[in-house]
Amino acid sequence: MTTQSTTTSAIRVHDLVKAYGELRVLHGVDFEVERGSIFALLGSNGAGKTTVVKILSTLLKADAGTVSVNGFDVTTREADVRRSISLTGQFAAVDEMLSGRENLVLVARLRHLENPGAIADDLLDRFSLTDAAERRVSTYSGGMRRRLDIAMSLVGNPQIIFLDEPTSGLDPQGRIEVWRDIEDLAARGATVLLTTQYLDEAEHLADRIAILHGGRIIVDGTLAELRKLLPPTEIEYVEKQPTLEDVFLAIISDAGNDRSVGTDE
Amino acid sequence: MTTHFVGDTAVLTGRSLRHVTRSLDTIITTAIMPVAIMLLFVYVFGGAIDTGSESYVDYMLPGILLITIASGVSYTAFRLFMDMKSGIFERFQSMPIARSGVLWAHVLTSLVANLTSLVIVVGVALLMGFRSGAGVPAWLAVAGILILFTLALTWIAVIPGLSAKSVDGAGAFSYPLVFLPFISSAFVPTDTMPGPVRAFAEHQPVTSIVNTIRDLFTRQPVGTDIWIALSWCAGILIVAYVFAMVTYRHRIS
Repeated sequence: MTTQSTTTSAIRVHDLVKAYGELRVLHGVDFEVERGSIFALLGSNGAGKTTVVKILSTLLKADAGTVSVNGFDVTTREADVRRSISLTGQFAAVDEMLSGRENLVLVARLRHLENPGAIADDLLDRFSLTDAAERRVSTYSGGMRRRLDIAMSLVGNPQIIFLDEPTSGLDPQGRIEVWRDIEDLAARGATVLLTTQYLDEAEHLADRIAILHGGRIIVDGTLAELRKLLPPTEIEYVEKQPTLEDVFLAIISDAGNDRSVGTDE
Repeated sequence: MTTHFVGDTAVLTGRSLRHVTRSLDTIITTAIMPVAIMLLFVYVFGGAIDTGSESYVDYMLPGILLITIASGVSYTAFRLFMDMKSGIFERFQSMPIARSGVLWAHVLTSLVANLTSLVIVVGVALLMGFRSGAGVPAWLAVAGILILFTLALTWIAVIPGLSAKSVDGAGAFSYPLVFLPFISSAFVPTDTMPGPVRAFAEHQPVTSIVNTIRDLFTRQPVGTDIWIALSWCAGILIVAYVFAMVTYRHRIS
């Protein structure tokens, strides 16, 4: 029987240590993630974010420390952990030779679910991929691949979802679509742990943010708490210019109008 | 977890077989090189090679079949490497499935793809005049040896498939395997070779396997060669499997 712990924490990490040979990556990482929340692990490249995610998802073994996911210890209850989670890795782990629908059916079969076809159709619809469902994934854009990747993670409604840099390599439009999907996940009650190196992403999505630096969590709190760490705000008046991103999004969202900003006529 | 092993392996094998059927070029490419070598040897060199009374295509087909397998397994390494690189391997490993099914699916796919290529090559050989009086039991014995040889080379292929850093690295292991039949009894009788080469040729696995298959095709008694051939295949299979598992544990610790 799978006994679930009564704690409200979906993920507990205590004094986690990991080294690759001589290279010590994690020197005692501590954090907890509350059920149903979005938790962002923020850090620069090579800070060890992916290592943390791999240990949480039973792909790597910790050298020391205790880690539990959904109340199950990751070293002694691997099978229960894998039943509770899904992992969306740093690169969209989709099968390019299969169609989008076949990818989803594959995952549903491997999760031993009934009606894999219906589950696939439902997710294709939810992620606006129905039109591309029968096409081979090798023809998909980066954003579509990422959405399919996340959809594959949702097959079987896992309680805890790990997203390792879900928007790296996406264009601004794809990034906003993925953000919407992540918010949607949390709204449906899943616990989401995401890693990112984009500060605005953490700011936009996360209920709680932890900064991984030098192998330790150096700050952990809500956005408001993190803001308090800085000296009181000074009020300055600046003219608000649209960012290039605002301009880009405004122009491409007008795709139907065939608008041109050229002056060569 | 073992309760799902058969079902999960079947689902994953279905997936990688789709990779094969959707890139039929891999099967054709696997068959083209051995067919080209066969044409070259039969119609160019063959006339000058004295193998006794047998027709030359009959003589060299066993070696050609081994070359087919040796070049075919490089695609197994390639498919496994692509799964590692794309991250889908990790996705499978983080799911509640029988984990070893991921490797076994590639092994079974390798078997199916190679057997298909072998059928194509034997078909071309028949067009070129290959004839065998072998009965069903002898053909089954040939099939059994070829399957065992494919499994042995497939487990070798798993090692670079899991550990290679580049696509080229993943496939490079197959070149020496493809070359091995040339220094064996596959194309010329070994007694024409100079001492050290002959010693190598007579004591490497391909010669005993080729001799066994040739005897089965020509309805000769197989003698002790079949036991040497089977020992080689089983030995390579076991050693390759152990190293593949060590590599696997190293990658997925």
